[in-house]
Amino acid sequence: MSAILQSSLSVWRSAPISARVGMLVIAAWIFAGLFANVLAPYGETEVIGSVWAEWSAATPLGTDQLGRDLLTRILYGARNTIFIALLTTCLSFFVGISSGFMAAVLGGWTDQLLSRVVDILLSIPILIFSLMLLSVLGTSIPVLIMVLALLDSTRVFRLSRSVAMDIVVMDYVEVARLRGEKIWWIMGREVLPNAFAPLIAEFGLRFCFVFLLISALSFLGLGLQPPTADWGSMVRENAGAISFGILTPLIPALAIASLTIGVNLVVDWMLHKTSGLRDEV
Amino acid sequence: MQRIAVMVGQRLLFGLLTLLVVSIIIAASVELLPGDAATAILGQAATPETVAALRQRLGLDLPFYQRYGEWLWAFVQGDMGVSLTNERLVAPQVGERFLNTIFLAAFAAVIAVPLSLALGILAAIYRGSWFDKAISSATLVSISTPEFLVGYIVIAIFAVQLDLFPSISTLRHDIPFWERIYVMVLPCVTLALVVMAHMMRLTRAAIINLLASPYIEMARLKGVGTARLIVYHALPNALSPIITVIVLNLAYLIVGVVVVEVVFVYPGLGQLLVDSVSARNLPVVQASCLIFAGAWVSLNLLADILAAIANPRLRHPR
Repeated sequence: MSAILQSSLSVWRSAPISARVGMLVIAAWIFAGLFANVLAPYGETEVIGSVWAEWSAATPLGTDQLGRDLLTRILYGARNTIFIALLTTCLSFFVGISSGFMAAVLGGWTDQLLSRVVDILLSIPILIFSLMLLSVLGTSIPVLIMVLALLDSTRVFRLSRSVAMDIVVMDYVEVARLRGEKIWWIMGREVLPNAFAPLIAEFGLRFCFVFLLISALSFLGLGLQPPTADWGSMVRENAGAISFGILTPLIPALAIASLTIGVNLVVDWMLHKTSGLRDEV
Repeated sequence: MQRIAVMVGQRLLFGLLTLLVVSIIIAASVELLPGDAATAILGQAATPETVAALRQRLGLDLPFYQRYGEWLWAFVQGDMGVSLTNERLVAPQVGERFLNTIFLAAFAAVIAVPLSLALGILAAIYRGSWFDKAISSATLVSISTPEFLVGYIVIAIFAVQLDLFPSISTLRHDIPFWERIYVMVLPCVTLALVVMAHMMRLTRAAIINLLASPYIEMARLKGVGTARLIVYHALPNALSPIITVIVLNLAYLIVGVVVVEVVFVYPGLGQLLVDSVSARNLPVVQASCLIFAGAWVSLNLLADILAAIANPRLRHPR
């Protein structure tokens, strides 16, 4: 325990101010999401006052279009939105990394087949593709996660394949092959540990992308469905307030932006640290 | 020239193949679902006989490959089928909306392209200065910000506080040109803000890359002034990356309009697509997705061709 504390303390010390701010923001939102039921003053869907009430001691951020406490909705929104985006990104990485490594390790027609399929999927913007699939499959949370993870994994495939390509030509991989190790061993024990650094930074970037995509879909009414609290749908539901000069819809939108900015600040620092040069993607 | 023709041919074939595969994916996933258009139109209460009759009338009793082939043949000829919600032909609806979308994207490009090129070049010249830092933090914020946040901030400032422009872009059919522009100012500004950061960043990177090359160093040692250095020495070689940046961002504009159109209730193809997805109006979804995909693929193709024309080295891959 103290070893973990010590190493995280040394990470903290070595980080520049921007990355520290990013880490704090991420930690704050994760904390808010984890303990939403303790921190929130009211229930997730509890109606407590009039529509779009002013900020007050009882409702620190006012109320939403149905008279629910906005702070409560934001806290539960952190839980729902971040959890789903994280799950999608993890699934996308699992699929992308295993297929990317497989293409690199096996080579030959497996590589050709996977790469050509991914080329085709890559040449259509994800938002359009996901809209198309969601219209056919309907909008439910499992479908949303599967569709976005599958589409996003094509981007992960590209990176993990190119990273693994440089690793599979190493001697220790050759040795493992000669030793007669199975492909899963080679992928998991030989390639993965050496591909970790670039993949971690990519995880942050993909998380931001998926998070913004889910928010956009929710904003369009095709992501998470009410009454589940979710930042994107909260912007959509409260959008009408803006023409009365009430800034309620900006609050969940700012929450989205703050989290992605936080992640980007940390990723920037990590990229800088690992490559020193990666100025442009 | 022949090499360019071969390259264009290859890319064109690949683009068409992509669109074909996309159309097969959507047709096949519709096929895998329980129920079909006939049950969707008639609803739960329909008797098996009426469903069978409608199915026959719509040709749904034919095998999959035959229906797909017929649909494809009709689509290529411009017949995109009939909308499920209002029984009107899809093609004219989609066409009109797409023109609106292109108009919006082009208007935004007219604002965004010159501004972001200028700012990107300035940031590259004064690299490391406060101006450059301001630009790169603005870029970071902008790529992390959802489009609708930008849209609502723009509305809150220019439509509500200052009351300068309408927050909703209603386009009547007989709207005069200048009024049309006036109504579209806010969505355009939003779109421009969304793409500008990315364009600036890529322009800056392209110029910085070039400024590090030996011949620029030489010109500098020779005593060439900054303006002349940029315009006569750096820009001709930066042309190819910059063209790529511009065209790719145009592609992004056409697709990125979806969210912005919804924010401003602008009657474009993106808005139609979102409405049709909620209503599961598949013929319209299919047509608009293929148009978006087609626009995306062809702009990417255009980027490659223009880059190859601007940079002879790309014509002779080693």
